[in-house]
Amino acid sequence: METTYNPMELMITVAARNLEDGAMVVVGTGVPVAAAMLAQMTQSPNLTIMFEAGGIAPLLPTMPISVGDSRTTHKGLKATSMAEIMELCQAGVVDYCFLGGAQIDKYGNLNSTMIGDDYNKPKTRFPGSGGANDLASLCWRTMVVTPQNQKRFANKVDFITTPGFIEGGTSRVEAGLPANTGPYKVITDIGVYGYQEESKAMMLLSLHPGKTLEDVKANAEFDIIIPENYETTVEPSAEELRILREKVDPSGVIIGRG
Amino acid sequence: MNDTKLNTGIGELFMSPNADEMRGFLRNKKKQMKNKLTTVAEAIDTYVNDGDYLAIGGFGGVRIPTALIHEIIRKEKKNLGFAGHVSTHDCQLLSAGKSFNRCDAAYIVGLEARGLSKNSRRMFESGNVKVTEWSNGALSWRFKAAAMGLPYLPSRVMLGTDTFKHSAAKEVECPFTGQKLAALPALYPDVAILHVHRADVYGNCQIDGILVADDDIAKASKRVIVTTEKIISNEEIRREPGKTVIPYWCVDAVIEMPFGSYPGNMPGEYFSDEEHLKDWLVAEKDEMQLEEFVGHHILSSKDFYEYLEKNGGMNKMKQLMQAEHLY
Repeated sequence: METTYNPMELMITVAARNLEDGAMVVVGTGVPVAAAMLAQMTQSPNLTIMFEAGGIAPLLPTMPISVGDSRTTHKGLKATSMAEIMELCQAGVVDYCFLGGAQIDKYGNLNSTMIGDDYNKPKTRFPGSGGANDLASLCWRTMVVTPQNQKRFANKVDFITTPGFIEGGTSRVEAGLPANTGPYKVITDIGVYGYQEESKAMMLLSLHPGKTLEDVKANAEFDIIIPENYETTVEPSAEELRILREKVDPSGVIIGRG
Repeated sequence: MNDTKLNTGIGELFMSPNADEMRGFLRNKKKQMKNKLTTVAEAIDTYVNDGDYLAIGGFGGVRIPTALIHEIIRKEKKNLGFAGHVSTHDCQLLSAGKSFNRCDAAYIVGLEARGLSKNSRRMFESGNVKVTEWSNGALSWRFKAAAMGLPYLPSRVMLGTDTFKHSAAKEVECPFTGQKLAALPALYPDVAILHVHRADVYGNCQIDGILVADDDIAKASKRVIVTTEKIISNEEIRREPGKTVIPYWCVDAVIEMPFGSYPGNMPGEYFSDEEHLKDWLVAEKDEMQLEEFVGHHILSSKDFYEYLEKNGGMNKMKQLMQAEHLY
C-alpha cells in the first residue's frame, strides 16, 4: 500500500476522524459522504448517516451521485421526506452537518448562490442554498471541507447563503438562530480551523505536515487567528488510506481529484 | 425582544398564501372516484396553461416526471413559474424549453455531483427570470403549510442571511416564547406533475423509497398530473391502504408511463443514465449544439417511447435496471 497521500485523501481522513461513534450526521455528496463512509468503516461503525432528501442510516454500498438517489437508502433504516429530515434537525436530534466547498468568510458564512454585485443580474449563478442553510441553521455543529485559496477564503462573501456566526460575537443568536449551534471546524488542504470563543472568528487548530503559517496567511483574504499553541495534523494511517482507496472510493471519483 | 426590529424579505411572493381561496377551490372540486386514465399529451393540454405555477415531484434526477416535462417543452408552454426544490435535470429541461419566467429557488442550475448546467445558468444569468430565494427546508415547509390548510408555518431557518433577505419570508415573534422565527408563506401551485411507482386508475398512488415532498405537493396543488411506472388494481390499493401516499381526490390525470423518470433514477426500478446526463452537459456548452440536441431528443420525438428508443430502448433500460440492483 502506497502511504504517501494527496491533499484530498488527507482532508477526507481528517474529516472522518471528527465523526465520533454514535453521532448523527447529515451529509452532501462528494467529500462529506466519503468522510462519513470512512468514519463508519473505521472508528464509528454506529455513525448514523442521513441525507436531506429523506434517506436515514443506509449502509452505503458505493458513493451516491445525488443526495436523493437509491444508494442513500440502501439497507437503510428509514426512507422519509425532506421535511422530516429538516424537522429532525430543527428538533435538535442531529449533531453534525457536513457541507462542501464554497466561498467562506472569517465567521464561517458560506456563499453558494451567486458571484457579482447585482443580485438581479449575477455574474455567475450557483445552485443556491439547497439544504445547506437549513442544516447550518439547525444542526448543532457545522463542518466545512474545502480547498483553501484567496478566492474561496473571502474577506466578504458576495451573498450569505448559509449562516456561520454572521457578524461574529453574539450576532448569530440575535438573528434568531438556535443557541449553541454554528460553525465548528473548517478542514482544508492546508490545515484545520476552529472559531475563537468570544469573537467567533476563524482560528488555526492544526497545520498539515509540510505546510507553513505562511501558507495559511497567503491563502486567505482575511486574517486567520494564529494562537500560541496549535497542533500538527496526524497523517492518514496506512489502514485509513487502504479503506478509503479500496472501499470508499475505489474508482477514484473524489480522491482522484487530488 | 419587543424592541427588536423584525425583518421582511424583499423577494417577490409569486403565489397567494391565502388558505381560504384553496378551501373554496377544494369545496367545489369534483371528488368522484372516476377513471382518470389519459395520455401525456392530453394531460398537458388540459391541465397546464401558459403562465401557470408548476411544482415538480421527486428530487431533480430522482423520480422526476420526465415524460411530462418533455411534453411541456413540445407544447411550447411559456411564462411558467416553478418551485426549484432541488431542480436539477428538470431545471435543465425547462431552461432548454425557455418555459419559465419566475422561480422560487432553493436549488437550481446544478446537477449535484455531476456539475453545473451551462444552459440553466444562461437562463438565470440573463436577467429575464424573476427569482426569489429559499432553502430546501423552507420550500418543503411551504408545501406542508399549504397541505395543512394554513397560510404559513413558522421555522428557524434562513434567519440572518441573504437567503432570507431575497426571500418573501417575514420574521415574526413567537406569541408564546418571544423568540424570533421565520414565517414561511404557504405555497399553493396551480399544477403539480409527479411520477410514482404504482397508481390505480383513480389516482391512488404508492411510492417506494424517499417521498421528498410529493405527498404535500399533491395536497397543496390545485391540479395534479401523475405518471406511474405501473397501473395496479383498486383491490391492490385496498389490500394495503397504509401504502397510499397520494389519495385519489388530489389527482386529476393518471398515465401509465414505464421508465417515465428516465434518465433519472427510479428507486428500486432503474438507476440514472449517467452517460446521457453527461451528453446533456456537453451539448449545453454551445447554444446551437443544444438546439440540435433538444430537437433530436425531444421536439422530433412524437412521444416519450421514441425518446427511450433513441437512447438504447429496452436494452439500455435493462442495463439501468441491473445498475439499480448492483449486479
